[in-house]
Amino acid sequence: MTAVEHGRAGAALAWRRAALVGLGFGAGALHLAAVGVLLMLHQRWIVIDTLSLGQATVLLLAGGAGAMAARDADARLARGALAGLCATLPLALLSLAMDAVTLQPIFIVLTPDLQAMLTLGMPPLLAAPALLLVGVAAGLLGAALRAIPALSRALLPGAIAVLIAGVFQELIQLMLQQYEGPVGEARDFVYTWEGLTQQGAVTVFVVVTLIAQLAGRAARGRVAAMEPARRRQIWAGIALAAIVILPAAAGSYIGQVLMLVGLYILMGIGLNLEVGLAGLLDLGFVAFFAVGAYSTALLTADAPNALMHLSYWAAMPISVLLAVCVGVLFGLPVLGVRGDYLAVATMGLGEIVRVIVLSDFGAPLLGGAQGVLHIPKPQIGSYTLSSPVALFYLTLVAAAIAAFIAWRLENSRLGRAWMALRDDEDVAQALGINLVRSKLLAYGLGAAFAGLAGSIFATMLSSVYPSSFQLLISINVLALIIVGGMGSLPGVVLGSVVLIGLPELLREFGEYRYLFYGAVLVVMMRLRPEGLWPSDVRQRELHAGDETAALDAGADLLPARE
Amino acid sequence: MAKTLLSVCNVGMRFGGLVALSDVSFDVQEGSIHSVIGPNGAGKTTVFNCITQNLRPSSGEVWFGDERIDGLKPDRVAALGISRTYQNIRLFRNISAIENLLVGMHLHLRSSWWGAVLNTPFTRADERAAHEQALELLQFVGLRGRGDMLARNLAYGEQRRLEIGRALATRPRLLLLDEPTAGMNPRETSEMMAFVERVRARYAITLLLIEHQMRVVMSMSDRVTVLDHGTKIAEGKPAEVQRDPAVIAAYLGTAAAAHAVPA
Repeated sequence: MTAVEHGRAGAALAWRRAALVGLGFGAGALHLAAVGVLLMLHQRWIVIDTLSLGQATVLLLAGGAGAMAARDADARLARGALAGLCATLPLALLSLAMDAVTLQPIFIVLTPDLQAMLTLGMPPLLAAPALLLVGVAAGLLGAALRAIPALSRALLPGAIAVLIAGVFQELIQLMLQQYEGPVGEARDFVYTWEGLTQQGAVTVFVVVTLIAQLAGRAARGRVAAMEPARRRQIWAGIALAAIVILPAAAGSYIGQVLMLVGLYILMGIGLNLEVGLAGLLDLGFVAFFAVGAYSTALLTADAPNALMHLSYWAAMPISVLLAVCVGVLFGLPVLGVRGDYLAVATMGLGEIVRVIVLSDFGAPLLGGAQGVLHIPKPQIGSYTLSSPVALFYLTLVAAAIAAFIAWRLENSRLGRAWMALRDDEDVAQALGINLVRSKLLAYGLGAAFAGLAGSIFATMLSSVYPSSFQLLISINVLALIIVGGMGSLPGVVLGSVVLIGLPELLREFGEYRYLFYGAVLVVMMRLRPEGLWPSDVRQRELHAGDETAALDAGADLLPARE
Repeated sequence: MAKTLLSVCNVGMRFGGLVALSDVSFDVQEGSIHSVIGPNGAGKTTVFNCITQNLRPSSGEVWFGDERIDGLKPDRVAALGISRTYQNIRLFRNISAIENLLVGMHLHLRSSWWGAVLNTPFTRADERAAHEQALELLQFVGLRGRGDMLARNLAYGEQRRLEIGRALATRPRLLLLDEPTAGMNPRETSEMMAFVERVRARYAITLLLIEHQMRVVMSMSDRVTVLDHGTKIAEGKPAEVQRDPAVIAAYLGTAAAAHAVPA
């Protein structure tokens, strides 16, 4: 073939790829329609009487297809348009099919309401081309946003802000409801109880776009000039300030969600020692959480089966200690078990703890299915930490201490031994690492953090029940570690926020949120198997500033080369 | 006369019905380079595993200095002063080169986990000393400047040297090298031989070597033990072993041996 023919074949391939990308997104849209998600999303406004969440989803899918198809240098816009067209094609065909045949007996969610959404009340033969046209437009826009950075810089911040303001309107209104005066007036201007108003959407868009432009112009040069380490410090500072201030400003619902996130971070840090560092896959982790919770309950509760009535601050360290003991006992029988087998064995151990708690045998002490009630809240002097926000700060402090300890351990002799164990157990042992000791320390220290989380959990709920300690918790903790990035502390935080915090905030979507949850897991593992924030290679040889020395040293690699 | 450092006495190893080693005995003199050779499947690596206790011998005894080591845990054996490398390189692939060396120093660091959490002065001094030693070792194995790379990203020859460095980090009296020149071209082989000589000169340790390349065995070894089908068929100085008809038969077949004997 000549070069021209090569070029032509390449172009044909690129067009076909664009169409396939579009059809892939279209299949996704069709799937969302067929399982009922699309209609459910359609019932929520992003902007009242203008744009529903369902419509936005279709637009986003078509636009996303357009952006993905526009990756080659030439004919980007045209390929984006084709992809957008293909992305709406399945839905257009669906609307025609629904007009011709009654599909509802087979797919119960293909209701007239869905048809009304797809056609916007137009006659079907007109609506289908209209839908395709919308797809083309969205695809074009998506491609243009990708092809022209200036355009995306101008439009995206505002659009994203409107989307967030619309999707999380209930939450934001909840956060703002305590305010009066100018904040309250602004709130009433932007929102009605139903959602974002048209004037509100325009205002949000304009304000955010202006701020982004101004801030962007002011900061771009300076941020680019900054060292990455310094930039990271600034981001960390902003994140920290947000974490500390947000719950106090945002009220108890956010406080509660963040507290749950904090508890999972605590457990994540613990399990990360076991799985991420030492490579000991553990599906029974919830057992330690349960031990911490029940210990605190039995040591403090105002209940007949309580053993003592200690203050929370006395009970907490004892609970942690008990969790450590259980962790070590837990580790003993599975010392020689590796890999997948270890996961199954630990799952069994975790279930044993739950079954004991539920059993008649343990009932006199542990309360059986009724659990233990009337656990007091912690007190500082005469102040009782009773509100979710106050308890959130307790969790935050605990998580900060846990993260600090885990960070120090990670960079210690023991941490290195754990990583050696994870990579090759036999070799680690042949280098003089005591397997029994290292593994039991991993189980024990991991259990300590879970026990601490359990202890806080008990006082948060004021009661503990066996049903709170399902296998699902172990799996959630494992999933958040994997999504965040194995062995990475920031990954644990990010993973908890994404997997625990977001679903809580999306609670209004009911059971569909687990659908999103599952989809996010699958997409994550496809696109970023190393996690959201993978752990860095620690720089141990070179410290900042002695790079030149190392380069000099590198010059005499292999000093006595013959 | 040099004294015996390692003594393998009548060691046998069975896996179910399969006899991997039977009645293998040999002594390694302190300060020598001792080679174990033999055709593929002769049981050379099994001997290594029986010495380091990665495998527990089915019969016989292994003595290191004055201590009987068969039946001990591998980490105890390492603490007594035996370290090894592997035929197919087994570095800790997902940590950096210098961290591989630091893991090797595990036995000689004294800081505890709670010392690390509290960052006690003792821990800091311990870690600083370890870091310095690791840098020195990194320099010695020719990897200065590459210490922060993940072990799996190093070149093949670098990985071989790093693995030896990691074994040296345990400060062994006896170092077991399992085919250090496997997969190397003649030039790399020469470099590796020079490197092994430097290791011996600098650390004054005893070396037990499994090797396939006869050039390496003949020029470096003080003594050679030949295994075939799990039994020892010959032992002696390299030149003696080279002439031994049983050895020639094992390597080239009996017909070749018949021709070779008169010559």
